[in-house]
Amino acid sequence: MFDALSSKLEIALDRVRGRGRLDAATVDATLKEIRLALLEADVNFKVVKGIVERLRERLVGEEVAKALNPAQQVVKAVSQELERALGGESAGLALTGKPAVIMLAGLQGSGKTTAAGKLAKLLKSKGRHPMLVACDLQRPAAVQQLKVNAERVGVHVYAPVTAGDPVPVARESIAKARESGCDVVIVDTAGRLHVDEELMGQAAAIREAVQPDETLFVIDAMIGQEAVNVARAFLDGVGFDGVILSKLDGDARGGAALSVREVTGKPIKFASIGEKMEDFEAFHPDRMASRILGM
Amino acid sequence: LFGRGITDEAWDGLEEALISADVGVTATLEIVEDLKRRSREEGVVTAEGVVALLKQELRDALGSTDRSLGRADDEGPTVWLVTGVNGTGKTTTIGKLAAVEQREQRQVVLAAADTFRAAAAEQLGIWAERTGAALVRKDEGADPASVAFEGYAAANEREADLLIVDTAGRLHNKRELMDELGKVKRVLEKQAGPLEETLLVLDATTGQNGISQARAFLEAVEVTGIALTKLDGSSKGGIVVAVQRELGLPVKLVGLGEEIDDLAPFDPDLFVDGLFEQL
Ligand SMILES: Nc1nc2c(ncn2[C@@H]2O[C@H](COP(=O)(O)OP(=O)(O)OP(=O)(O)O)[C@@H](O)[C@H]2O)c(=O)[nH]1
Ligand SMILES: Nc1nc2c(ncn2[C@@H]2O[C@H](COP(=O)(O)OP(=O)(O)OP(=O)(O)O)[C@@H](O)[C@H]2O)c(=O)[nH]1
Ligand SMILES: [K+]
Ligand SMILES: [Mg+2]
Ligand SMILES: [Mg+2]
Repeated sequence: MFDALSSKLEIALDRVRGRGRLDAATVDATLKEIRLALLEADVNFKVVKGIVERLRERLVGEEVAKALNPAQQVVKAVSQELERALGGESAGLALTGKPAVIMLAGLQGSGKTTAAGKLAKLLKSKGRHPMLVACDLQRPAAVQQLKVNAERVGVHVYAPVTAGDPVPVARESIAKARESGCDVVIVDTAGRLHVDEELMGQAAAIREAVQPDETLFVIDAMIGQEAVNVARAFLDGVGFDGVILSKLDGDARGGAALSVREVTGKPIKFASIGEKMEDFEAFHPDRMASRILGM
Repeated sequence: LFGRGITDEAWDGLEEALISADVGVTATLEIVEDLKRRSREEGVVTAEGVVALLKQELRDALGSTDRSLGRADDEGPTVWLVTGVNGTGKTTTIGKLAAVEQREQRQVVLAAADTFRAAAAEQLGIWAERTGAALVRKDEGADPASVAFEGYAAANEREADLLIVDTAGRLHNKRELMDELGKVKRVLEKQAGPLEETLLVLDATTGQNGISQARAFLEAVEVTGIALTKLDGSSKGGIVVAVQRELGLPVKLVGLGEEIDDLAPFDPDLFVDGLFEQL
């Protein structure tokens, strides 16, 4: 297995082989490589600082003499730390409302409308009766896109208008769901910038109107350093309970996962791994840790 | 940042500013090394001096290539092919481009060669309506190369000035989809000769993956320029510094919103200033 970080750490740790505990200088050299690897993976630089400090405490004095391969031992410590930071095994959805409500929010093009279809498919396979609700009245043909997704997965869709205010649509969808025998409502919303106060207010109003059991923040795995500001702004401006990390079928290292989890404390619940409605799975912190480290 | 002179801390701060603008680790370390050497050699001792050097360095990294969009100098219509990973803003950028061109009295045809994503052709159709451009589309699932082919035929027949071909978003690590894009381009070239532009649309929020994107699309379809979208957010789009340094791909356009007029030519000076609003 090609593993750039391990080989760099081997160089940094070469001197300690057979010498006992890690000394401060070796730990420094090791942490430097780890810092660069995390930055290259797009983990936010402030988040990297925190992780590196925690690792320093853990590594100083660590017994590596008996380890056959000190680099592997350090890599293991690092990936354990990342796994911990990424949260425990994936938290499911807590859907108790009648109907239960899921709302999706995020930046433009992050994968919300696709995720709406995927969630509907997943829930349908578990015996639920989902209804997709078209509250993106902004992007050209967004409503049509959601309708097509609903048709693809065979679920109800509520899409009474293609322009105007999405808040009433959201509000009325609850009664519509009951009328049509649907027990879970999935609200698609327009993409919006976290710095756009008006549209952030609109998302908050939609949330207020439907009181979701789960508000999920959808974020593109390819996002860079701004992930922290974006996530924090959505948490403060709209609020959310969990995260969907999208486009993980790409080759981005996905450091955003760490950034988002660190600054919001909200669990990453799903990984979106393709354009088809079945390309969706529970999020696995252990796999993500390896991926961020390039392993 | 250099409030207390050119200290180690100040250099670290500079490094952080570049990294947090998504300029990338490798490029940042090289740029800062270079800057340290130059400020030593050139005897720069003030903070303003270093910042000026840095801006110059970044400005140089962005090159001084021609950033105008290519146009056909022969009979047939100009052809621009628009590519990129999923959700970056291809279709929207095409809509904005069509608006500019139609306003300048050039007749535009849009070809909806994204036959994959739900309602992609409808989305492009709305932009065609908004701008007065003509639309060529087929049913969902149709061969994208055949849509491109018919787009060119239609543009040629009605003696349009410009054909813009929209393509489905695709991740650059997907071999089959990249091959499909190659085929779209080959089919167009067979009819039209070399294309005037093959644009890669990059989202300004993208991190280090932007370099892999650019490299893969360059290899697959010989990209000629970049449109950097969503610069109206808080991301600085610093990844294009690395892209231009490593691959020599010029940024030609920037997207500044979702509305029809939110498109501008790339201005390297403005861009570099934007990278360091906080300095
Ligand atoms: N490869 C891949 N593509 C995805 C994934 N999720 C979404 N996409 C694609 O990304 C693009 C944008 O997805 P949408 O679902 O339209 O995103 P959105 O957040 O609803 O976009 P807006 O409504 O415009 O803000 C589309 O081309 C999708 O097919 C994924 O997990 N992997
Ligand atoms: N804020 C902002 N949003 C933009 C910009 N350009 C595009 N968008 C939005 O980003 C989302 C995706 O844009 P599209 O044009 O559909 O992207 P695409 O690359 O064609 O997407 P796919 O075809 O699904 O791969 C839409 O919600 C657009 O309105 C921009 O410059 N700024
Ligand atoms: K994006
Ligand atoms: Mg959408
Ligand atoms: Mg598109």
